[in-house]
Amino acid sequence: MTETTLSTQVLIIGGGATGTGLARDLALRGVACILVEKQDINAGASGGNHGLLHSGARYIASDPHSARECREEGALLKRLAPQCVEDTGGYFVAVPGDDEAYIADFAERCAASGVAAEAVDPKDALEQEPCLSPDAIAVFAVEDATIDPFMLSLDNLAQARSLGAKALLHHKVLGFDKRKGRFESVRLRDFHSGADVRIHAEQIVNASGAWAGEVAAMAGAHIDMVYSQGSLVISQSRLGQRVINRLRKAADADILVPAGTVSIFGTTSKRIDAPDNCRPTTAEIDAMLDDGMAMVPQLSSTRYIRAYAGVRPLVRSGTGSDDRAVSRGFSLLDHENHGLDNFITITGGKLTTYRLMAEKTADLVCRRLGNTEPCRTATDPLPASSQAQYTEPGLTPKLWFKKNDPGDLLLCECEMVSTSVFNEIAGSLTHNGHQPGLREIGQRSRVGKGPCQGSFCSLRMAAHMYDQGMLKDGEGIDELKDFLNERWRGMQPLLWGPAVAQAELQEALHCGLLGLETEETLKT
Amino acid sequence: MQPNNTPSYDIMIIGAGMAGMAAALFAARKGLSVAQAGLTGETLYASGLFDLYGVAHGSSGAFIDNPWQGLQALRQTHPDHPFCKVAPEQIHEGLAVLTGFLETAGLSYRGYADRNARLITPVGTIKRTFRVPATMWAGAAALEEKTPCLIVDIQGLRGFSAAQIVGTLKPSWPQLRAATIALPWEERLGPKYAELMARTLAAEGPRSELADAFRPHLKTAQAVGLPAILGIHDTDTIHRDFERLLGVPVFEIPTMPPAISGTRLKEAFDTHMPQQGVKTFYHHRVHTAVRQANGQFVLEVGRSQPEETLVANNVLLATGRFLGKGLEAQREGIRESLFDLPVSQPENRSCWHRKTFLDPQGHAINLAGLEVDRSFRPLNEAGRPVFDNLYAAGSILAHQDWIRTKSGTGLAVATAHGAVEALTGGQAGR
Repeated sequence: MTETTLSTQVLIIGGGATGTGLARDLALRGVACILVEKQDINAGASGGNHGLLHSGARYIASDPHSARECREEGALLKRLAPQCVEDTGGYFVAVPGDDEAYIADFAERCAASGVAAEAVDPKDALEQEPCLSPDAIAVFAVEDATIDPFMLSLDNLAQARSLGAKALLHHKVLGFDKRKGRFESVRLRDFHSGADVRIHAEQIVNASGAWAGEVAAMAGAHIDMVYSQGSLVISQSRLGQRVINRLRKAADADILVPAGTVSIFGTTSKRIDAPDNCRPTTAEIDAMLDDGMAMVPQLSSTRYIRAYAGVRPLVRSGTGSDDRAVSRGFSLLDHENHGLDNFITITGGKLTTYRLMAEKTADLVCRRLGNTEPCRTATDPLPASSQAQYTEPGLTPKLWFKKNDPGDLLLCECEMVSTSVFNEIAGSLTHNGHQPGLREIGQRSRVGKGPCQGSFCSLRMAAHMYDQGMLKDGEGIDELKDFLNERWRGMQPLLWGPAVAQAELQEALHCGLLGLETEETLKT
Repeated sequence: MQPNNTPSYDIMIIGAGMAGMAAALFAARKGLSVAQAGLTGETLYASGLFDLYGVAHGSSGAFIDNPWQGLQALRQTHPDHPFCKVAPEQIHEGLAVLTGFLETAGLSYRGYADRNARLITPVGTIKRTFRVPATMWAGAAALEEKTPCLIVDIQGLRGFSAAQIVGTLKPSWPQLRAATIALPWEERLGPKYAELMARTLAAEGPRSELADAFRPHLKTAQAVGLPAILGIHDTDTIHRDFERLLGVPVFEIPTMPPAISGTRLKEAFDTHMPQQGVKTFYHHRVHTAVRQANGQFVLEVGRSQPEETLVANNVLLATGRFLGKGLEAQREGIRESLFDLPVSQPENRSCWHRKTFLDPQGHAINLAGLEVDRSFRPLNEAGRPVFDNLYAAGSILAHQDWIRTKSGTGLAVATAHGAVEALTGGQAGR
């Protein structure tokens, strides 16, 4: 098997918000880099979070330093990446039974951290947000906003690429090669082709989030990680205009975040033993909804279309059983105490502060490279790329109606994603050297994110892909099975009420008629 | 107290799916006065194929070639399975009555006496089934013999790609070839729907035009497969005519929903069931059902509101599962919707479904449902019939997984036959 060899200045391991943000920052400073990712962009916590741009008010008691960082970074992102942000504002809401002392100290603590918080009469708040409990006893208005993490990472990566950076998806690190005390190269495997790749780099940055411990171990460095899973649910329709937070010391089931035409409620804090074992459970969801109903009663009756979970990468600093007490601040490790001078780990943190994490990492990397260019990510706007535009809810229906082309058939009817949009995304993937599969296209659009959760559109898409030559032989069967199993992960914990009838129809179609579970072939 | 002129029936069948239809047919044949109410919505999703027993129940998942042998083995391994409460002769007779009825409605069925047929699906997988519409039957022989075949798809008909079917099957069926045609009578662009095409093909002119469009692609093909569009009513005539025009056997391949196979069945039932002597209330639901002290049931049926009242000496519940609304899955547990009968079910919601959709072990929720005695009467917690004149049939029954064992219509027919036999105890109606 031939091995491809590549060379660069900086190898970035991990394609989440931190990795893509770092690629952009370095590219803007004129540093050549290659980003490698073992799955697809945002496969980890960057793809499994609340989509919340924190005002910081949530952390004023537990972590005032983080609170300040969130406030500053949030303001920056609203200004520099407006295409990714919906400036919804937020409320903090207390209901009977919540800690009165916490409510009393709230305004002062916010002021101390420089976080804006204005008291609101609960009656006025209820008029503004009818989904709130009529029993609310205290409300504060804050500067929360929401952010689309896919669009964010894809836009960062797009600009990085336009400046010369490269990205290799579905490439997994196998090992590091040392020579004279430095890492000379990193060996990877391309999962799609099975080929081996070797990348020579002056500096290597481990930005693999929850997998930072695994990657560092391969490099001979030990990091003590704690894996805390957070589960979230997506409601079929948007509940509330603003972000709604529980006004109490940070706990589970605290936050309801609007996301275009839907809302996201969560979250939990469940210790798991490995980042790959992340999946939402019925127990977490039941507990979360039972708790959240006190703040937003509609949570008990609304229909949910998807559940998902992300793993928070937490570096253990002290001991303690409460994962929320492990600092949500980030960890930038230079590993010099491990005798390594060209391997850095950046992990922990939160989505809101990704840019700052990337800046600090880039500063360290550039110091070592002798590059003195200043960081530009706090001043230069993030250009909107076309890479992620189709993740925006409601966009493709608008475009389709405007286009008014009856020949442009809809492949996903729930979210109205047309053939031309599908082809555009597939073309873009191919252009960037990635395989266009159902999951990849699902990631970059709203295909399969509506009520049918991919039951019908998966079949239309697969047929279309064969007609276009994007699939051949028996590849379609694997694509369908893969896509359906992936959608199921998010459906299964939410199966009650009408969703169970939908699941029955789906099974009758895919198993009853199509026999996807039996794998019967002509030879059997 | 109901008024004197409230209509009264020997049996009220609740449910208009396959089990309800089969039960109505069997009861009418026995001379009973029969009323039937139900929503036929879910029938629209039917593939038109009548499965009996294609995959072994339980964890082996072995493919079944001879369903009768398979059912015999099932009696040893899973005697609780609803199939084991009827004799094979009853299933034979039930299927014969059902397919005979459909034949008079212009939808003929074919099949082997003792083995399952295999057909291709729109994604190029293999579908095992027992009774096949005549319009699809040539596909079974073509598959067995690996006949040189042309598979045709139609521009604008989404979810059906001849290239997909041929590409997937070619390694073991090398003489398959794919072609695409544009609908000759439809110049406008835009999506094409199976139902519109099927209704258009009822006329001779379009059939001739369509054959003209196919002909250049025929070449050495000895059979032609196309999406299921050969008419809604009288499909036998349309199918034979199309075969005549092309000069080779033609077989339909089922399409994904919205498909016409379900519409065919629904319209056949809507039109011909009243002629069997069944008082039908299709697209009506049963709003209330109350058992009187004298044992009779008083039922209110109507569309969105109760519209009429009936009295019945017996009730047969064939209301289906979650899609049919016979069962409801609340977070706290599964309920039977009309009488609140006890439902056999897993301990709690987290046991209902497996973590993988296509898990070969199947989902435990599929085995939930009504437990019945040998006379198909739902049981209470003490194991006694809830009412001695309340029966149940079809997919609402517990201890079966019709989707995974490929048993949809077979189970509906078998249990409907069993329930009607038990109800009549061999007697004719009054």
